[in-house]
Amino acid sequence: MHIVVCMKQVPDSAQIRVHPVTNTIMRQGVPTIINPYDLFAIEEALRLRQKFGGAVTILTMGPPSAEDSLRKALTFGADRAVLLTDRFFAGADTLATTYALATAIRKIGVEFGPPHVVFTGKQTIDGDTAQVGPGVAKRLGLMQLTYVSHIDNVDLEAGTIDVERRSEGGVQKLRSKMPCLISVLEGVNEMRIGSLSDALTAARATIIKWSAQDAGVEDITKCGLRGSPTIVKRVFAPKPRAEKAQFIELGDKPGDAFVDELFKRRPKLESELGQLTRGY
Amino acid sequence: MNDKAKAPAPAGRAAAKKELPEHLKAYKHVWVFIEQERGQAHPVSWELMGAGRILADKLGVNLAAVVVGARNEATQAVVRESFNYGADLAYLVADDILTDYRNESYTKAMTDLVNAYQPEILLLGATILGRDLAGSVATTLLTGLTADCTELDVDAEGSLAATRPTFGGSLLCTIFTLNYRPQMATVRPRVMPMPERVEKPLGRVIEHPLGLVEDDIVTKVLSFLPDRDSTKSNLAFADVVVAGGLGLGSPENFQLIRQLASTIGAEFGCSRPLVQKGWVSSDRQIGQTGKTIRPKLYIAAGISGAIQHRVGVEGADYIVAINTDKNAPIFDFAHVGIVTDAVRLLPALTEAFSKRLSPHQRDRLAS
Ligand SMILES: Cc1cc2nc3c(=O)[nH]c(=O)nc-3n(C[C@H](O)[C@H](O)[C@H](O)COP(=O)(O)OP(=O)(O)OC[C@H]3O[C@@H](n4cnc5c(N)ncnc54)[C@H](O)[C@@H]3O)c2cc1C
Ligand SMILES: Nc1ncnc2c1ncn2[C@@H]1O[C@H](COP(=O)(O)O)[C@@H](O)[C@H]1O
Repeated sequence: MHIVVCMKQVPDSAQIRVHPVTNTIMRQGVPTIINPYDLFAIEEALRLRQKFGGAVTILTMGPPSAEDSLRKALTFGADRAVLLTDRFFAGADTLATTYALATAIRKIGVEFGPPHVVFTGKQTIDGDTAQVGPGVAKRLGLMQLTYVSHIDNVDLEAGTIDVERRSEGGVQKLRSKMPCLISVLEGVNEMRIGSLSDALTAARATIIKWSAQDAGVEDITKCGLRGSPTIVKRVFAPKPRAEKAQFIELGDKPGDAFVDELFKRRPKLESELGQLTRGY
Repeated sequence: MNDKAKAPAPAGRAAAKKELPEHLKAYKHVWVFIEQERGQAHPVSWELMGAGRILADKLGVNLAAVVVGARNEATQAVVRESFNYGADLAYLVADDILTDYRNESYTKAMTDLVNAYQPEILLLGATILGRDLAGSVATTLLTGLTADCTELDVDAEGSLAATRPTFGGSLLCTIFTLNYRPQMATVRPRVMPMPERVEKPLGRVIEHPLGLVEDDIVTKVLSFLPDRDSTKSNLAFADVVVAGGLGLGSPENFQLIRQLASTIGAEFGCSRPLVQKGWVSSDRQIGQTGKTIRPKLYIAAGISGAIQHRVGVEGADYIVAINTDKNAPIFDFAHVGIVTDAVRLLPALTEAFSKRLSPHQRDRLAS
């Protein structure tokens, strides 16, 4: 079984700071990490390999420094890592990203065997669109299975796969066909700690690096900024609320004082809360 | 949205001009995909009808509801309801194959409709279903899609200006799809206010065939297990929400939040770290990566008010913050602030509320 995992290296955005005067992002020294949601996809891929044999290929489109995260993914036990990196890819929105990733996955198929399953995370913490997975599926004509919480069964002979997928009001059990794309719901598994031998292999492994041309991109205008139908026109900091909170002192009977104060300020709340509690 | 103040130098292609290709000029009108699962319309769709109405009026075009579902009474009811939320007309693809949501069939229905009737703007809810569908529809149509918008507007040239948080919510950015149609955007539930529902007669409904038979669809639904009502939280739609953060200090203290919430008929919620620590289940998280809420009253205890939390609660009518640090960022957007130890104040609030609200309970027993 050949399994490809799309993984992104992202800034650890908890630590992103915005310059208070110029409103620009201060990127210096912001550490990068594997997109946390993608860890669930990697783990799910490794579990499938454990059951059915085969290989796991990790694919990232990103700057040359994304090699760090790929190497990290290898320490978990992935078999190979492909870094798709080219200045032509810079500034890609989701549509352009899916073009590049889909092209690279085709090439991976030619080089290492066509994938049965392509995994993505649920979403990234920087792009945060959850759209790249569906886009890749559409471009490659893969069955699309998003928000998957459990892989129930794989029948390699029949080429079928049964999954449980989160839907708005419940859980759908689906039977689909491979090749398929699965986006993995968060929290469905726990990332393993890689073995020592995997760590040693990873340290020495060669990361496969492909430019747009290497990956077989035929139309460079579909990549990066040029291939992106969406245009970011303005980046700005959220505007502060004109008024700040009014501080209230509650004295020695704080509970009653608060309730009095609240109902004085928002008289309608008294009857609204009354209605809400009547049902209890 | 319109403050042109300190617009930074546009990056990259941002200076690009609109040169809409001739064949795309025919794309007119604003569409809202009315999401329904088993005949139950998702409230986000009505919220989007409110946002869509504003865009359509600014552009001087029609607002259409798009309904895709089984050929039955429930689907018809959703179509009728869309007029009560302001649709000028509705498009309908009804087929029993569409009873359960599946990507293949719904993507086909939507892309066929778009190609046949050519909307300039297409809005969908950023729900599980909406995100699954929007990504494949946009890729099939090779157009732009802006996910999880917090504001929608049209600029002077009539282009959709879609604003969304970026970089983990620390900044906002406004995104355009200038030279492609339709301009697609998704919006999360509760980000837009719910418009008023006004009873209206059924308007024009344009039916379009699905053009698929069951055998064409690869993915089969083996079963559907609806969530039990008891496990469902109504957090996003609650009128009153009480939430706790790391300032509570321990999972035991989170009980104080639950107690106050149940006393005042509120739903309870929390900040993200409490979910990560396993104190509270993830469906209770409020904020950018959790639920967006729009209650009449929001009480936040021991929550610092990080931007990712703030974006989820800004739609609240009235925010009360309890925090020991008078400089906590939450006081920048709360209406009322109390600088004190929440662990001590919360039980006093619960007690005072139950005293004040209990006459109502007596009313109920008497009646
Ligand atoms: C990509 C990304 C997405 C995120 N999404 C979300 C999200 O959806 N929702 C979310 O909430 N966060 C989210 N976060 C996390 C967010 O950045 C903050 O870290 C988080 O909201 C802080 O939680 P907190 O306020 O509970 O804890 P803290 O920031 O640690 O604040 C605790 C507060 O409690 C106060 N306090 C301490 N003791 C007491 C006491 N006894 N009584 C009263 N007050 C007390 C302190 O003064 C402090 O202000 C996200 C972060 C990232 C990077
Ligand atoms: N540049 C990228 N390289 C590889 N995979 C990506 C990239 N961007 C997004 N993905 C995958 O697509 C998923 C959804 O991303 P997004 O649409 O940005 O929320 C992520 O969890 C990744 O698995």
